[in-house]
Amino acid sequence: MKAKHQRLILALVALAALIGAGLLAASALKDEAAYFYAPADVKSKGVEPGKAIRLGGMVVKGSLKRAADGVTIHFDVTDGKATVPASFSGIAPDLFKEGSGVVAEGAFDGKGVFVATNLLAKHDERYMPRELEGMSYNETTHQMKAEK
Amino acid sequence: MHRFANPARFLKIARPLTGWLFWSGLLLLLVGVACGLFVTPADYLQGDTVRILYIHVPAAWLGMGGWSGIAIAALMQLVWRHPLAGIAGRAIAMPGALFTAICLVTGSIWGRPTWGTWWEWDGRMTSMLVLLFLYLGYIALANASARDGQGGVSPVTAIFGLVGAINIPIINRSVVWWNSLHQGPSITMRGSSIDMAMLWPLGLTLLGFSLWFGAIVLMRMRAILAQNKVEARLQRLARS
Repeated sequence: MKAKHQRLILALVALAALIGAGLLAASALKDEAAYFYAPADVKSKGVEPGKAIRLGGMVVKGSLKRAADGVTIHFDVTDGKATVPASFSGIAPDLFKEGSGVVAEGAFDGKGVFVATNLLAKHDERYMPRELEGMSYNETTHQMKAEK
Repeated sequence: MHRFANPARFLKIARPLTGWLFWSGLLLLLVGVACGLFVTPADYLQGDTVRILYIHVPAAWLGMGGWSGIAIAALMQLVWRHPLAGIAGRAIAMPGALFTAICLVTGSIWGRPTWGTWWEWDGRMTSMLVLLFLYLGYIALANASARDGQGGVSPVTAIFGLVGAINIPIINRSVVWWNSLHQGPSITMRGSSIDMAMLWPLGLTLLGFSLWFGAIVLMRMRAILAQNKVEARLQRLARS
C-alpha cells in the first residue's frame, strides 16, 4: 500500500468518526438545543409553574382577545396536537397576529396559563407578493391556491 | 488536479479567469440587487424587509460554501500533498469569514422588524456564529503556524479545516432537527415556497456573488504565489 492510500484511508476513517460523533451529539442535544417548547411538549413532559421557558406555536384563529386594561392580550397557542392558553402585557411585534407563528418567553402560572414576558413573531418559510395574500400554499405540490 | 500542481500552469489559466469571474459576477449581482430592490413585489407579511434576502441568502451560501472549499482543500493537502491546496485554503478563509459576517449582520437587521429581536440563541443563529469563530480560528492558526516561502497552511491548520466541516451539515439541518426561531428551508429538493415573482433575482445574486467569490479567491491565491516568488528571489540574492 502506498503512503498516499494510507493517508486517504486515515482521513476517511477520521472523517467518518467525526461525522458519527457530530450526529450523536446532535441527537443527544435534540431537547436541550431546542429553542422553544411546542404545546405538545408541554403537555407530554409537563413544565412546572414558574419555570422560565419559551413556548412556540401558531396563534389560534379567533382566540386573540384584548383585556379591558388595553395592554394585556389573551390568546391560545397550538401546534396542531395540543393547545395552551397564554397572556401577554406589552407591545407585540407587528407580525404577531392570529394564524401566524409566535415564540413567547415566560412561565406558566398555577392555573396552566402561560404568562409571557416577551413575544417574538416567528416567520414561516413562505414568501409571496401581496396580491397572493389569502391564497393557501399546498405543501406537497408547492402550488398556490385560492382559499375556498 | 495535479496538472495544476505547477504554479506557472495554474497562473496561465487563473490570470484571465480572474477578470472574467470578477466582471461577470459584478454585473450579475448588480442586476440582481437592482431587480430585487425595484422590480420584485413586496412580501404580503414582511413588506419591503423581505428584499434583504437577496444579500442574506448568497452570503449564507458562500459562508458555508467557503468552509466546504477549505475542507476539500485540506483533504487534498493532507492526502495528495497538492502544492496549491494549502494556498487555496488560506485564500478562501478571509472572504468566507467576510460573507459569514455579512450573513449574520443582514439576518440581524431583518430579525428586528420581523421577529422583534436583533439576536436570539436559536440553533441556526448560534451555529452560524460558531462558523464565524471557526473562520477566525482558522485564519489565526494559519498565520501563527505559517512557514516562510510556502504560502500555504500548516498540516495542523488543514486538520482544523477538516474537523470544522462538521459544522456545515449542522447549520444546514439546524432548523429541521430543533425547534428554532429561524424559519425552515424555503428552497428544497421538491421546490420553493418563495413565490416565483420574488425568487428569480435571488438566482442572479447567488450566481453573481459566487463568481465574485471565485474571483477574490483566485486574486488572493495569485497574490500568495507572487509573494512566494519574491521571497524566493530575496533568499537567492541574500545567498549570492
